[in-house]
Amino acid sequence: MLHKPFVVVALLAASCGAQAASDADLAAIRSQIDEMKKSYEQRIAALEQKLSQAEARSAANPPASATTGAAAGPVAAASASTSASAFNPEVSLVLQGQYNQMKNVPNRTITGFWPTEDGTNQRGFSVNETELMFAANIDPYWRGQAILAVQGDSVEVEEAWVRTLGIGEGIGLKAGRFKSGIGYLNDQHAHTWDFSNAPLMYNVLFGPDASYVEDGLQFKWLAPTPLFVEFGAEIGRGASYPGSDSNKNGSGAGALYAHFGDDVGVSNSWRAGISYLKTSTDDRQADFVDINGSTAQGTFNGDTDTWIADFVWKWAPNGNPKYQNFKFQSEYFVRKDKGDLTCAGFGSACDPLAAGDALTGNYDTRQSGWYAQGVFQFTPEWRAGLRYDQLDSGNQNLGSNAANLVLPDYKPKRATAMIDYSWSEFSRARLQYAQDKSMQGVTDNQLTLQYIMSLGAHGAHTF
Amino acid sequence: MIRIMLGLLLSLACLPAIAALQVFATAPEWAALAREIAGDKVSIYTATTALQDIHRITAKPSLLAQARRAQLVVATGAELEIGWLPLVLRDSGNAGIQPGQPGYFEVAHYVTLLDVPAVLDRSLGDVHAAGNPHIQLDPRNMFRIGEALAMRMGELDPPNAPAYQAGYKAFAEKWRAAVARWEKEAAPLRGVPVLVHHASFIYLSNWLGLKEIGTLEPKPGVEPTSGQLSSLVVRQQNTPAKMVLRTAYQSDGPSLWISGKTGIPAVMLPFTVGGTPEAGDLFGLFDDTIRRLLKGLN
Repeated sequence: MLHKPFVVVALLAASCGAQAASDADLAAIRSQIDEMKKSYEQRIAALEQKLSQAEARSAANPPASATTGAAAGPVAAASASTSASAFNPEVSLVLQGQYNQMKNVPNRTITGFWPTEDGTNQRGFSVNETELMFAANIDPYWRGQAILAVQGDSVEVEEAWVRTLGIGEGIGLKAGRFKSGIGYLNDQHAHTWDFSNAPLMYNVLFGPDASYVEDGLQFKWLAPTPLFVEFGAEIGRGASYPGSDSNKNGSGAGALYAHFGDDVGVSNSWRAGISYLKTSTDDRQADFVDINGSTAQGTFNGDTDTWIADFVWKWAPNGNPKYQNFKFQSEYFVRKDKGDLTCAGFGSACDPLAAGDALTGNYDTRQSGWYAQGVFQFTPEWRAGLRYDQLDSGNQNLGSNAANLVLPDYKPKRATAMIDYSWSEFSRARLQYAQDKSMQGVTDNQLTLQYIMSLGAHGAHTF
Repeated sequence: MIRIMLGLLLSLACLPAIAALQVFATAPEWAALAREIAGDKVSIYTATTALQDIHRITAKPSLLAQARRAQLVVATGAELEIGWLPLVLRDSGNAGIQPGQPGYFEVAHYVTLLDVPAVLDRSLGDVHAAGNPHIQLDPRNMFRIGEALAMRMGELDPPNAPAYQAGYKAFAEKWRAAVARWEKEAAPLRGVPVLVHHASFIYLSNWLGLKEIGTLEPKPGVEPTSGQLSSLVVRQQNTPAKMVLRTAYQSDGPSLWISGKTGIPAVMLPFTVGGTPEAGDLFGLFDDTIRRLLKGLN
């Protein structure tokens, strides 16, 4: 009904166009359209007003049965929608962007750890991944969720999974691509982080995305106890770093974890966890520095064991986090690589004759690291937080390649402070300052100004 | 390690089966209603207190552990618990309490909601699509809710169904008398203009005839701003309010500021069971609410 006049006008305009309409004609049509628009808007506004008045009247006269307590059937939902659109999934979009000021460091790495492809300097203005989330119950038995991350001109499927709703007995089964339940931060998306970047340990453990993503199956079981006790097990393709895509039958990686948690009084709650991840790697490559200071290519084949312990404590006066709350969070990891490393590179120490030789030796490491952070919300809008990161390059046993490659012994460190402001539950701006000593010989003072906004479906308040 | 894990699993499996119906109430008022109906026949866990903003709760481990063991979840609905309850229900791995199952009871289904927004846009604040979810302060709603809840409890726990029915009948009789008494006591409140911190009291106002003429929050869920408060003080000259109302969990600063500028009393209402020492049960909740309103009027 509403569209008819517009269609007519559009047709008119089109036919006029065929007769080479003068500017005056076009202007006249435009003003006609504007007038129509205005009159319709007024009529709609009047109708809306009438509707709200009618609603107010009916609300002021509650059904007589209310006082006598007659019918107990559900009230017909006022918003009962009969159209197919009522089954639309929850949709939300996360918008994130930032301004970064930091040193221009070529080949930026975290010294003492396997070089992941984090060598870029994101200086100046940039837009982070735009996350598009769809989620809905599929039927009484299944729920599905997909998260697409758009960056530049590429779209990446960050998560795409289905999970059970109806098994019961505390069992939850998930299939598809999901963020693994190991650690505390691993299954949280970047927009829910309390700092603009992930802790260093997540970068060395899982690469630039700072999260281990699995294509596979997840099994979780929640114990029927007053204390929160949850066990999880995952198997999958294991293609994410530190694993690699191996194109084989069976499972390429496995994870096990346990979470515990409870309240202490009404104001405090906590969660602690221990996680184990086993991945295997075929031909993981990176550039190393040889004893002469030139570049050599290292290729790792073997298995990686990762252990993570995590702990979170939250405090809010009377358990009401709205006005004030404090959150402490810490995680610790130990990682062991076991396998062999093949070193190559024309003219490098591994192939001094430039004859295409490669030298294979043992590669056994035991590395560790941790971070701790505290975030205090002192008014409904303002929060401030501190974080400290420290890693230990630990033991790196190169076997026969020890004579050719240089693996520095180093303890990367970083201290971060942030303050953020939230207009509402859906919008936040953050200022962050970090002193980053994660690369040997470089002290990088980093300043970040960031916004994070979400529109659409109401997000979940995860613990 | 494995031996310890196995031992733990075995000891969990050997926990005695719990006899009473396990009720998980999201808010103290629904826990109190379940208690009125079922007495000691059920075991009730209350997820939040009167001093907490139920909208802002997170899916804490303790809530997951309790939902796992629950046979009946009594929730307000209308998106009030949207930030945490859907997550808790799904992650509990408890099939019986999922929405659509008998073990999930949503109170808002049994009430005619007020303030259903005609336009849904977050620029209007944190509006709830289904209507205002703070339904507990119209005591007349308790009849319909109570009757449905008693029936639902009977469905889940047939041996005790007659007891729940009898419990509801006894409650309804006492409640009817109490509602009549409250309406009589509260007669002086009819038509009294008030300011409110948040749209927490529209069902109370609708019942008692209070006239809400302004909110301290400029938009639902947005903290009171100095601009909004000043404009309310200015408006006080032409359209004077008699008092400014807030709940037990809302900060007292804004309403005390209004009170200081205008001389009208700032009245804290329990809002739900446990909000004040006097509001120990549903009867106490309304006794104390009306007592405090009448005191504010004088």
